[in-house]
Amino acid sequence: MIYCIGHSIISPLGEGSQANFDAVQAGRSGLKIYTDRFADVEPFCASLFDTPQSFVPLCIKSVEQAIVHCPLSIVQSSDTIFVLSTTKGDNLDLLTPAQTIASHFGNPNPPVVVSNACTSGVCAQITAQRLLEAGLYKQAVVIGCDIQTRFIVSGFQSFKALSPEPCLPFSPDRKGLNLGEAAATIIYSREPIADNQPPCWTLETGSIHNDANHISAPSRTGEGAYQCLKDVMAGTTPSRIDLIGVHGTATLYNDAMEQIALERAGLQDVPKSMLKPFFGHTMGAAGVLETILCVLMAKNDKMVNVIKMLSGFGGVNAAIRLKIED
Amino acid sequence: MLDGQPVAVSETGDKMLVELYRRYAGDYPKFFKMDTLCRLGFIAAEILINEEMRKCENEKMVNAIILANRSASIKNDKDYLATISDGNYYPSPSLFVYTLPNIVTGEIAIRHHIQGETAFYILDNPEQLEPIVQSTITNDPYGASRSEESPITVLCGWLECSAPNEFYAKLQIIWNN
Repeated sequence: MIYCIGHSIISPLGEGSQANFDAVQAGRSGLKIYTDRFADVEPFCASLFDTPQSFVPLCIKSVEQAIVHCPLSIVQSSDTIFVLSTTKGDNLDLLTPAQTIASHFGNPNPPVVVSNACTSGVCAQITAQRLLEAGLYKQAVVIGCDIQTRFIVSGFQSFKALSPEPCLPFSPDRKGLNLGEAAATIIYSREPIADNQPPCWTLETGSIHNDANHISAPSRTGEGAYQCLKDVMAGTTPSRIDLIGVHGTATLYNDAMEQIALERAGLQDVPKSMLKPFFGHTMGAAGVLETILCVLMAKNDKMVNVIKMLSGFGGVNAAIRLKIED
Repeated sequence: MLDGQPVAVSETGDKMLVELYRRYAGDYPKFFKMDTLCRLGFIAAEILINEEMRKCENEKMVNAIILANRSASIKNDKDYLATISDGNYYPSPSLFVYTLPNIVTGEIAIRHHIQGETAFYILDNPEQLEPIVQSTITNDPYGASRSEESPITVLCGWLECSAPNEFYAKLQIIWNN
Protein backbone atom coordinates (compact mmCIF):
# COMPACT_ATOMS: atom_id res chain seq x y z
CA MET A 1 0.00 0.00 0.00
CA ILE A 2 1.28 3.48 -0.89
CA TYR A 3 -0.13 6.94 -0.16
CA CYS A 4 -1.04 9.66 -2.63
CA ILE A 5 0.31 12.95 -1.24
CA GLY A 6 -0.34 15.20 -4.22
CA HIS A 7 -1.96 15.26 -7.65
CA SER A 8 -2.78 17.51 -10.57
CA ILE A 9 -4.48 17.50 -13.95
CA ILE A 10 -3.94 19.91 -16.83
CA SER A 11 -6.38 19.36 -19.67
CA PRO A 12 -8.33 21.44 -22.18
CA LEU A 13 -11.03 21.61 -19.47
CA GLY A 14 -8.79 23.41 -17.02
CA GLU A 15 -5.74 23.47 -14.80
CA GLY A 16 -5.72 21.59 -11.53
CA SER A 17 -7.54 18.47 -10.39
CA GLN A 18 -10.33 20.47 -8.77
CA ALA A 19 -10.96 22.59 -11.87
CA ASN A 20 -11.22 19.45 -13.98
CA PHE A 21 -13.50 17.79 -11.44
CA ASP A 22 -15.74 20.88 -11.41
CA ALA A 23 -15.85 20.90 -15.21
CA VAL A 24 -16.98 17.28 -15.30
CA GLN A 25 -19.56 17.91 -12.56
CA ALA A 26 -20.88 20.81 -14.65
CA GLY A 27 -21.10 18.54 -17.68
CA ARG A 28 -18.50 20.41 -19.72
CA SER A 29 -16.67 18.47 -22.41
CA GLY A 30 -13.39 19.28 -24.12
CA LEU A 31 -14.49 17.49 -27.30
CA LYS A 32 -14.71 19.57 -30.47
CA ILE A 33 -14.56 18.97 -34.21
CA TYR A 34 -11.20 19.90 -35.73
CA THR A 35 -11.05 20.46 -39.46
CA ASP A 36 -7.60 21.91 -40.11
CA ARG A 37 -5.45 21.17 -37.05
CA PHE A 38 -3.17 18.77 -38.96
CA ALA A 39 -2.36 18.80 -42.69
CA ASP A 40 -4.04 16.08 -44.79
CA VAL A 41 -5.89 14.63 -41.80
CA GLU A 42 -9.66 14.32 -42.24
CA PRO A 43 -11.86 16.26 -39.80
CA PHE A 44 -11.94 14.60 -36.38
CA CYS A 45 -13.52 15.04 -32.96
CA ALA A 46 -11.05 15.36 -30.08
CA SER A 47 -10.23 17.21 -26.87
CA LEU A 48 -7.20 19.38 -27.63
CA PHE A 49 -5.61 22.45 -26.04
CA ASP A 50 -6.60 25.64 -27.88
CA THR A 51 -2.92 26.55 -28.09
CA PRO A 52 -0.80 23.54 -29.01
CA GLN A 53 1.35 22.56 -26.01
CA SER A 54 4.89 21.25 -25.80
CA PHE A 55 5.35 17.95 -24.00
CA VAL A 56 8.10 18.79 -21.49
CA PRO A 57 6.80 22.20 -20.28
CA LEU A 58 3.32 20.69 -19.89
CA CYS A 59 4.66 17.84 -17.74
CA ILE A 60 6.74 20.26 -15.66
CA LYS A 61 3.70 22.46 -15.03
CA SER A 62 1.70 19.42 -14.01
CA VAL A 63 4.35 18.32 -11.49
CA GLU A 64 4.63 21.89 -10.13
CA GLN A 65 0.89 21.91 -9.45
CA ALA A 66 1.00 18.46 -7.82
CA ILE A 67 3.74 19.38 -5.35
CA VAL A 68 2.02 22.47 -4.01
CA HIS A 69 1.05 20.62 -0.83
CA CYS A 70 4.34 18.69 -0.43
CA PRO A 71 7.75 19.91 0.65
CA LEU A 72 9.68 20.88 -2.50
CA SER A 73 12.60 18.80 -1.20
CA ILE A 74 10.61 15.65 -2.09
CA VAL A 75 11.07 16.01 -5.84
CA GLN A 76 14.78 16.80 -5.45
CA SER A 77 15.43 13.88 -3.13
CA SER A 78 17.50 10.85 -4.09
CA ASP A 79 14.70 8.88 -2.36
CA THR A 80 12.32 9.95 -5.13
CA ILE A 81 11.93 8.34 -8.55
CA PHE A 82 10.23 9.93 -11.58
CA VAL A 83 7.98 7.56 -13.53
CA LEU A 84 6.65 8.83 -16.85
CA SER A 85 3.70 7.23 -18.61
CA THR A 86 3.48 8.07 -22.30
CA THR A 87 2.98 6.39 -25.65
CA LYS A 88 4.57 8.87 -28.07
CA GLY A 89 6.44 11.23 -25.73
CA ASP A 90 7.91 14.37 -27.24
CA ASN A 91 7.86 13.88 -31.00
CA LEU A 92 8.46 10.07 -30.69
CA ASP A 93 11.24 10.50 -28.11
CA LEU A 94 10.25 9.01 -24.74
CA LEU A 95 13.49 8.87 -22.77
CA THR A 96 14.96 12.36 -23.25
CA PRO A 97 11.83 14.22 -22.07
CA ALA A 98 11.69 12.07 -18.93
CA GLN A 99 15.35 12.87 -18.21
CA THR A 100 14.77 16.57 -18.89
CA ILE A 101 11.79 16.68 -16.51
CA ALA A 102 13.62 14.85 -13.69
CA SER A 103 16.70 17.04 -13.99
CA HIS A 104 14.55 20.19 -14.18
CA PHE A 105 13.43 19.37 -10.63
CA GLY A 106 16.97 18.54 -9.57
CA ASN A 107 16.19 14.86 -9.13
CA PRO A 108 19.36 12.72 -9.35
CA ASN A 109 17.81 9.35 -10.28
CA PRO A 110 17.47 8.07 -13.85
CA PRO A 111 13.72 8.16 -14.60
CA VAL A 112 11.60 5.16 -15.59
CA VAL A 113 9.34 5.47 -18.64
CA VAL A 114 6.41 3.06 -18.87
CA SER A 115 5.23 2.48 -22.44
CA ASN A 116 2.56 -0.18 -22.21
CA ALA A 117 0.13 1.32 -24.76
CA CYS A 118 -3.09 2.72 -23.30
CA THR A 119 -2.60 0.93 -19.97
CA SER A 120 0.62 2.90 -19.28
CA GLY A 121 -0.93 5.29 -16.73
CA VAL A 122 -2.16 2.46 -14.51
CA CYS A 123 0.98 0.36 -15.11
CA ALA A 124 3.14 3.34 -14.07
CA GLN A 125 1.30 3.51 -10.73
CA ILE A 126 1.84 -0.24 -10.25
CA THR A 127 5.55 0.17 -11.05
CA ALA A 128 5.75 3.03 -8.54
CA GLN A 129 4.07 0.88 -5.89
CA ARG A 130 6.53 -1.96 -6.39
CA LEU A 131 9.61 0.27 -6.33
CA LEU A 132 8.39 1.95 -3.13
CA GLU A 133 7.33 -1.26 -1.42
CA ALA A 134 10.64 -2.90 -2.33
CA GLY A 135 12.26 -0.13 -0.28
CA LEU A 136 14.18 1.29 -3.24
CA TYR A 137 12.58 4.74 -3.00
CA LYS A 138 10.38 6.64 -0.56
CA GLN A 139 8.42 8.69 -3.10
CA ALA A 140 7.45 8.41 -6.75
CA VAL A 141 6.33 11.21 -9.07
CA VAL A 142 4.06 9.52 -11.61
CA ILE A 143 3.41 11.69 -14.67
CA GLY A 144 1.05 10.72 -17.48
CA CYS A 145 1.14 12.79 -20.66
CA ASP A 146 0.46 12.59 -24.36
CA ILE A 147 0.14 15.37 -26.93
CA GLN A 148 -1.94 14.72 -30.03
CA THR A 149 -0.07 14.86 -33.31
CA ARG A 150 -0.62 14.28 -37.01
CA PHE A 151 1.12 10.92 -36.45
CA ILE A 152 -1.40 9.65 -33.88
CA VAL A 153 -4.58 11.05 -35.40
CA SER A 154 -3.76 9.78 -38.90
CA GLY A 155 -2.95 6.36 -37.44
CA PHE A 156 -6.22 6.02 -35.53
CA GLN A 157 -8.10 7.28 -38.60
CA SER A 158 -6.40 4.64 -40.74
CA PHE A 159 -7.51 2.12 -38.12
CA LYS A 160 -11.09 3.39 -38.49
CA ALA A 161 -11.24 3.60 -34.70
CA LEU A 162 -12.38 7.24 -34.42
CA SER A 163 -15.93 8.42 -33.90
CA PRO A 164 -16.82 11.47 -36.01
CA GLU A 165 -18.87 12.81 -33.09
CA PRO A 166 -18.52 12.83 -29.27
CA CYS A 167 -18.03 9.25 -28.11
CA LEU A 168 -20.67 7.17 -26.32
CA PRO A 169 -18.96 4.62 -24.04
CA PHE A 170 -20.97 1.47 -23.29
CA SER A 171 -23.84 2.72 -25.48
CA PRO A 172 -25.33 0.43 -28.13
CA ASP A 173 -24.92 3.41 -30.50
CA ARG A 174 -21.19 3.84 -29.91
CA LYS A 175 -19.17 4.51 -33.05
CA GLY A 176 -15.59 4.67 -31.84
CA LEU A 177 -13.24 6.73 -29.76
CA ASN A 178 -12.14 10.36 -29.60
CA LEU A 179 -8.53 11.27 -28.92
CA GLY A 180 -7.50 13.76 -26.26
CA GLU A 181 -4.46 15.39 -24.75
CA ALA A 182 -3.61 16.13 -21.14
CA ALA A 183 -0.94 15.89 -18.48
CA ALA A 184 -1.63 14.50 -15.02
CA THR A 185 0.62 13.81 -12.04
CA ILE A 186 0.24 11.75 -8.88
CA ILE A 187 2.87 11.80 -6.14
CA TYR A 188 2.97 8.59 -4.14
CA SER A 189 4.75 8.06 -0.86
CA ARG A 190 5.60 4.95 1.15
CA GLU A 191 4.58 6.78 4.32
CA PRO A 192 1.91 9.43 4.86
CA ILE A 193 3.62 12.77 5.41
CA ALA A 194 2.84 13.88 8.96
CA ASP A 195 2.83 17.65 8.55
CA ASN A 196 1.07 17.43 5.22
CA GLN A 197 -2.64 17.27 4.54
CA PRO A 198 -4.05 13.78 5.09
CA PRO A 199 -3.29 11.41 2.18
CA CYS A 200 -5.78 11.75 -0.66
CA TRP A 201 -6.03 7.99 -1.12
CA THR A 202 -4.03 4.80 -0.90
CA LEU A 203 -3.11 2.55 -3.80
CA GLU A 204 -3.85 -0.88 -2.38
CA THR A 205 -2.90 -3.25 -5.17
CA GLY A 206 -2.55 -3.57 -8.91
CA SER A 207 -2.38 -6.21 -11.61
CA ILE A 208 -1.37 -6.50 -15.27
CA HIS A 209 -2.39 -9.35 -17.60
CA ASN A 210 -2.12 -10.05 -21.30
CA ASP A 211 -4.98 -11.55 -23.32
CA ALA A 212 -2.44 -13.48 -25.44
CA ASN A 213 -5.04 -13.25 -28.17
CA HIS A 214 -4.47 -10.41 -30.67
CA ILE A 215 -2.13 -7.40 -30.89
CA SER A 216 -4.82 -4.86 -31.76
CA ALA A 217 -8.22 -6.46 -30.99
CA PRO A 218 -9.53 -6.96 -27.44
CA SER A 219 -10.16 -10.52 -26.26
CA ARG A 220 -13.73 -11.72 -26.84
CA THR A 221 -13.72 -13.40 -23.42
CA GLY A 222 -12.17 -10.43 -21.63
CA GLU A 223 -9.61 -12.84 -20.20
CA GLY A 224 -6.80 -10.42 -19.35
CA ALA A 225 -9.14 -7.77 -17.93
CA TYR A 226 -10.98 -10.44 -15.93
CA GLN A 227 -7.71 -11.77 -14.47
CA CYS A 228 -6.73 -8.21 -13.46
CA LEU A 229 -10.08 -7.65 -11.75
CA LYS A 230 -9.82 -11.01 -9.99
CA ASP A 231 -6.35 -10.10 -8.70
CA VAL A 232 -7.29 -6.67 -7.39
CA MET A 233 -10.45 -8.10 -5.79
CA ALA A 234 -8.39 -10.49 -3.65
CA GLY A 235 -9.26 -9.85 -0.01
CA THR A 236 -12.48 -7.98 -0.78
CA THR A 237 -15.91 -8.61 -2.32
CA PRO A 238 -17.90 -6.97 -5.15
CA SER A 239 -20.38 -5.53 -2.63
CA ARG A 240 -17.56 -3.52 -1.03
CA ILE A 241 -16.49 -1.88 -4.31
CA ASP A 242 -18.18 1.51 -4.67
CA LEU A 243 -17.03 2.71 -8.09
CA ILE A 244 -15.22 1.31 -11.13
CA GLY A 245 -13.50 3.62 -13.58
CA VAL A 246 -13.76 1.60 -16.78
CA HIS A 247 -11.60 2.25 -19.82
CA GLY A 248 -14.74 2.88 -21.91
CA THR A 249 -13.10 3.99 -25.14
CA ALA A 250 -16.46 3.62 -26.95
CA THR A 251 -15.06 1.34 -29.60
CA LEU A 252 -17.39 -1.56 -30.32
CA TYR A 253 -15.02 -4.26 -29.13
CA ASN A 254 -13.32 -2.62 -26.15
CA ASP A 255 -16.54 -1.85 -24.31
CA ALA A 256 -18.01 -5.28 -25.07
CA MET A 257 -14.84 -6.90 -23.77
CA GLU A 258 -14.91 -4.85 -20.56
CA GLN A 259 -18.58 -5.69 -19.99
CA ILE A 260 -17.78 -9.41 -20.24
CA ALA A 261 -14.81 -9.08 -17.86
CA LEU A 262 -16.90 -7.12 -15.33
CA GLU A 263 -19.69 -9.72 -15.46
CA ARG A 264 -17.22 -12.56 -15.03
CA ALA A 265 -15.79 -10.80 -11.96
CA GLY A 266 -19.29 -10.23 -10.52
CA LEU A 267 -18.87 -6.44 -10.77
CA GLN A 268 -21.61 -5.68 -13.30
CA ASP A 269 -23.83 -3.93 -10.73
CA VAL A 270 -21.15 -1.61 -9.31
CA PRO A 271 -21.51 2.05 -10.45
CA LYS A 272 -19.18 2.88 -13.35
CA SER A 273 -17.34 6.04 -14.28
CA MET A 274 -16.63 6.79 -17.96
CA LEU A 275 -14.57 9.89 -18.62
CA LYS A 276 -13.79 9.70 -22.35
CA PRO A 277 -16.82 11.89 -23.29
CA PHE A 278 -15.16 14.74 -21.34
CA PHE A 279 -11.46 14.31 -22.12
CA GLY A 280 -11.29 11.94 -25.08
CA HIS A 281 -8.76 9.13 -24.89
CA THR A 282 -5.69 10.82 -23.46
CA MET A 283 -3.52 7.70 -24.01
CA GLY A 284 -0.49 7.83 -21.69
CA ALA A 285 -2.27 10.37 -19.47
CA ALA A 286 -5.53 8.41 -19.25
CA GLY A 287 -4.63 6.10 -16.36
CA VAL A 288 -3.31 8.94 -14.21
CA LEU A 289 -5.99 11.51 -15.08
CA GLU A 290 -8.89 9.06 -14.73
CA THR A 291 -7.56 7.67 -11.43
CA ILE A 292 -7.53 11.17 -9.92
CA LEU A 293 -11.03 12.02 -11.17
CA CYS A 294 -12.51 8.67 -10.11
CA VAL A 295 -11.21 9.23 -6.59
CA LEU A 296 -12.49 12.82 -6.47
CA MET A 297 -15.91 11.68 -7.67
CA ALA A 298 -15.99 8.81 -5.18
CA LYS A 299 -14.89 11.11 -2.36
CA ASN A 300 -17.61 13.58 -3.26
CA ASP A 301 -20.17 10.82 -2.82
CA LYS A 302 -18.57 9.50 0.39
CA MET A 303 -17.43 6.33 -1.33
CA VAL A 304 -14.38 4.38 -0.15
CA ASN A 305 -13.24 1.63 -2.54
CA VAL A 306 -12.47 2.35 -6.20
CA ILE A 307 -11.13 0.23 -9.05
CA LYS A 308 -9.57 1.77 -12.16
CA MET A 309 -9.13 -0.46 -15.21
CA LEU A 310 -7.54 0.02 -18.65
CA SER A 311 -6.80 -2.05 -21.74
CA GLY A 312 -4.60 -1.43 -24.72
CA PHE A 313 -2.88 -2.50 -27.91
CA GLY A 314 -0.55 -5.44 -27.49
CA GLY A 315 -3.35 -7.28 -25.65
CA VAL A 316 -2.42 -5.71 -22.32
CA ASN A 317 -4.85 -5.02 -19.48
CA ALA A 318 -4.27 -3.39 -16.10
CA ALA A 319 -6.28 -2.61 -12.97
CA ILE A 320 -5.64 -0.99 -9.60
CA ARG A 321 -7.70 -0.81 -6.41
CA LEU A 322 -7.67 2.41 -4.42
CA LYS A 323 -9.01 3.28 -1.00
CA ILE A 324 -10.11 6.73 0.07
CA GLU A 325 -9.02 7.66 3.58
CA ASP A 326 -11.25 9.66 5.87
CA MET B 1 24.72 -16.49 -28.19
CA LEU B 2 22.60 -19.06 -26.39
CA ASP B 3 23.60 -19.88 -22.79
CA GLY B 4 27.04 -18.48 -23.54
CA GLN B 5 27.53 -20.55 -26.70
CA PRO B 6 27.57 -18.84 -30.12
CA VAL B 7 24.71 -19.60 -32.52
CA ALA B 8 26.00 -19.94 -36.09
CA VAL B 9 24.42 -17.61 -38.66
CA SER B 10 25.31 -16.90 -42.27
CA GLU B 11 23.14 -13.80 -42.87
CA THR B 12 23.19 -10.33 -41.29
CA GLY B 13 20.55 -7.74 -40.42
CA ASP B 14 16.89 -8.51 -41.03
CA LYS B 15 17.88 -11.50 -43.19
CA MET B 16 19.55 -13.03 -40.15
CA LEU B 17 16.27 -12.81 -38.24
CA VAL B 18 14.50 -14.61 -41.10
CA GLU B 19 17.27 -17.24 -41.14
CA LEU B 20 16.85 -17.82 -37.40
CA TYR B 21 13.07 -17.89 -37.79
CA ARG B 22 13.35 -20.69 -40.38
CA ARG B 23 15.70 -22.64 -38.14
CA TYR B 24 13.98 -22.22 -34.75
CA ALA B 25 10.28 -21.61 -35.56
CA GLY B 26 9.22 -21.92 -39.20
CA ASP B 27 5.55 -22.56 -38.51
CA TYR B 28 4.33 -19.05 -37.76
CA PRO B 29 3.71 -17.01 -40.93
CA LYS B 30 2.58 -14.01 -38.86
CA PHE B 31 6.31 -13.48 -38.30
CA PHE B 32 6.52 -11.90 -41.75
CA LYS B 33 3.91 -9.26 -40.86
CA MET B 34 5.93 -8.09 -37.88
CA ASP B 35 8.23 -5.07 -37.75
CA THR B 36 11.92 -5.59 -36.95
CA LEU B 37 11.57 -5.02 -33.19
CA CYS B 38 8.87 -7.70 -33.00
CA ARG B 39 10.83 -10.10 -35.23
CA LEU B 40 13.85 -9.61 -33.00
CA GLY B 41 11.92 -10.20 -29.78
CA PHE B 42 9.97 -13.10 -31.26
CA ILE B 43 13.14 -14.92 -32.36
CA ALA B 44 15.08 -14.23 -29.17
CA ALA B 45 12.14 -15.45 -27.08
CA GLU B 46 11.63 -18.48 -29.31
CA ILE B 47 15.22 -19.66 -29.00
CA LEU B 48 15.39 -19.03 -25.25
CA ILE B 49 12.00 -20.48 -24.27
CA ASN B 50 12.46 -23.58 -26.43
CA GLU B 51 15.87 -24.20 -24.88
CA GLU B 52 14.52 -23.65 -21.38
CA MET B 53 11.62 -26.05 -21.95
CA ARG B 54 14.01 -28.67 -23.30
CA LYS B 55 16.22 -28.34 -20.23
CA CYS B 56 13.52 -28.07 -17.60
CA GLU B 57 10.89 -30.30 -19.13
CA ASN B 58 8.17 -27.69 -18.74
CA GLU B 59 8.80 -27.21 -15.06
CA LYS B 60 9.13 -23.47 -15.28
CA MET B 61 6.71 -22.04 -17.77
CA VAL B 62 7.31 -18.38 -18.52
CA ASN B 63 4.25 -16.45 -17.30
CA ALA B 64 5.42 -12.84 -17.48
CA ILE B 65 7.31 -10.68 -19.97
CA ILE B 66 9.21 -7.51 -19.03
CA LEU B 67 11.25 -5.85 -21.78
CA ALA B 68 13.02 -2.53 -22.11
CA ASN B 69 15.07 -0.34 -24.42
CA ARG B 70 16.10 3.28 -25.01
CA SER B 71 14.46 4.07 -28.31
CA ALA B 72 10.90 2.66 -27.93
CA SER B 73 9.54 1.82 -31.40
CA ILE B 74 11.54 4.47 -33.29
CA LYS B 75 12.44 2.35 -36.32
CA ASN B 76 8.83 1.49 -37.04
CA ASP B 77 7.68 5.00 -36.10
CA LYS B 78 9.87 6.28 -38.95
CA ASP B 79 8.45 3.66 -41.33
CA TYR B 80 4.93 4.83 -40.46
CA LEU B 81 5.95 8.50 -40.80
CA ALA B 82 7.02 7.76 -44.37
CA THR B 83 3.40 6.77 -45.15
CA ILE B 84 2.11 10.19 -44.06
CA SER B 85 4.84 12.33 -45.60
CA ASP B 86 3.86 15.57 -47.32
CA GLY B 87 2.49 15.01 -50.79
CA ASN B 88 2.35 11.25 -50.21
CA TYR B 89 -0.33 10.86 -47.52
CA TYR B 90 -1.49 7.28 -47.26
CA PRO B 91 -1.41 6.21 -43.59
CA SER B 92 -0.85 2.49 -43.17
CA PRO B 93 -2.83 0.78 -40.39
CA SER B 94 -0.61 -2.29 -40.57
CA LEU B 95 2.45 -0.14 -39.84
CA PHE B 96 0.65 2.04 -37.28
CA VAL B 97 -0.14 -0.91 -35.02
CA TYR B 98 3.60 -1.53 -34.57
CA THR B 99 4.31 2.05 -33.44
CA LEU B 100 4.19 0.98 -29.79
CA PRO B 101 7.14 -0.80 -28.17
CA ASN B 102 4.94 -3.13 -26.10
CA ILE B 103 3.49 -4.79 -29.21
CA VAL B 104 6.43 -7.18 -29.12
CA THR B 105 5.42 -8.34 -25.64
CA GLY B 106 1.97 -9.07 -27.07
CA GLU B 107 3.44 -11.03 -30.01
CA ILE B 108 5.51 -13.18 -27.64
CA ALA B 109 2.52 -13.61 -25.29
CA ILE B 110 0.33 -14.83 -28.16
CA ARG B 111 2.97 -17.23 -29.44
CA HIS B 112 3.63 -18.81 -26.02
CA HIS B 113 0.14 -18.38 -24.48
CA ILE B 114 1.45 -16.15 -21.71
CA GLN B 115 -1.49 -14.53 -19.88
CA GLY B 116 0.45 -13.05 -17.00
CA GLU B 117 2.00 -9.62 -16.87
CA THR B 118 3.51 -8.00 -19.95
CA ALA B 119 5.32 -4.68 -19.70
CA PHE B 120 7.67 -2.47 -21.68
CA TYR B 121 9.94 0.17 -20.14
CA ILE B 122 12.06 2.87 -21.74
CA LEU B 123 15.26 3.22 -19.73
CA ASP B 124 18.71 4.72 -20.04
CA ASN B 125 20.53 1.41 -19.61
CA PRO B 126 19.90 -2.32 -18.97
CA GLU B 127 21.06 -2.10 -15.33
CA GLN B 128 17.98 -0.02 -14.59
CA LEU B 129 15.74 -2.92 -15.54
CA GLU B 130 17.03 -5.18 -12.78
CA PRO B 131 15.29 -3.51 -9.80
CA ILE B 132 12.09 -3.28 -11.84
CA VAL B 133 12.12 -7.01 -12.57
CA GLN B 134 13.11 -7.87 -9.01
CA SER B 135 10.37 -5.73 -7.51
CA THR B 136 7.87 -7.31 -9.89
CA ILE B 137 8.88 -10.76 -8.70
CA THR B 138 8.97 -9.96 -4.98
CA ASN B 139 6.20 -7.36 -4.61
CA ASP B 140 3.39 -9.46 -5.87
CA PRO B 141 1.28 -9.87 -2.74
CA TYR B 142 -1.92 -11.15 -4.28
CA GLY B 143 -0.36 -13.42 -6.84
CA ALA B 144 -0.97 -10.89 -9.59
CA SER B 145 0.34 -12.01 -12.95
CA ARG B 146 0.41 -15.68 -12.02
CA SER B 147 -1.86 -18.45 -10.89
CA GLU B 148 -1.30 -19.74 -7.36
CA GLU B 149 0.14 -23.03 -8.51
CA SER B 150 2.94 -21.62 -10.63
CA PRO B 151 5.51 -19.16 -9.30
CA ILE B 152 6.25 -16.09 -11.38
CA THR B 153 8.77 -16.84 -14.13
CA VAL B 154 9.78 -13.78 -16.14
CA LEU B 155 11.15 -13.52 -19.63
CA CYS B 156 13.01 -10.23 -19.38
CA GLY B 157 15.73 -8.23 -21.01
CA TRP B 158 16.84 -5.53 -23.40
CA LEU B 159 15.45 -5.30 -26.90
CA GLU B 160 16.65 -2.45 -29.09
CA CYS B 161 16.02 -1.69 -32.73
CA SER B 162 17.02 1.82 -33.77
CA ALA B 163 17.33 1.30 -37.55
CA PRO B 164 16.41 -1.44 -40.08
CA ASN B 165 19.63 -3.40 -39.62
CA GLU B 166 20.71 -2.07 -36.24
CA PHE B 167 19.36 -4.17 -33.41
CA TYR B 168 20.37 -5.88 -30.19
CA ALA B 169 18.59 -8.38 -27.96
CA LYS B 170 19.66 -9.83 -24.64
CA LEU B 171 16.93 -11.81 -22.94
CA GLN B 172 16.90 -14.09 -19.93
CA ILE B 173 14.45 -16.10 -17.88
CA ILE B 174 14.29 -15.35 -14.16
CA TRP B 175 12.11 -17.02 -11.55
CA ASN B 176 11.30 -16.76 -7.89
CA ASN B 177 12.36 -19.67 -5.72
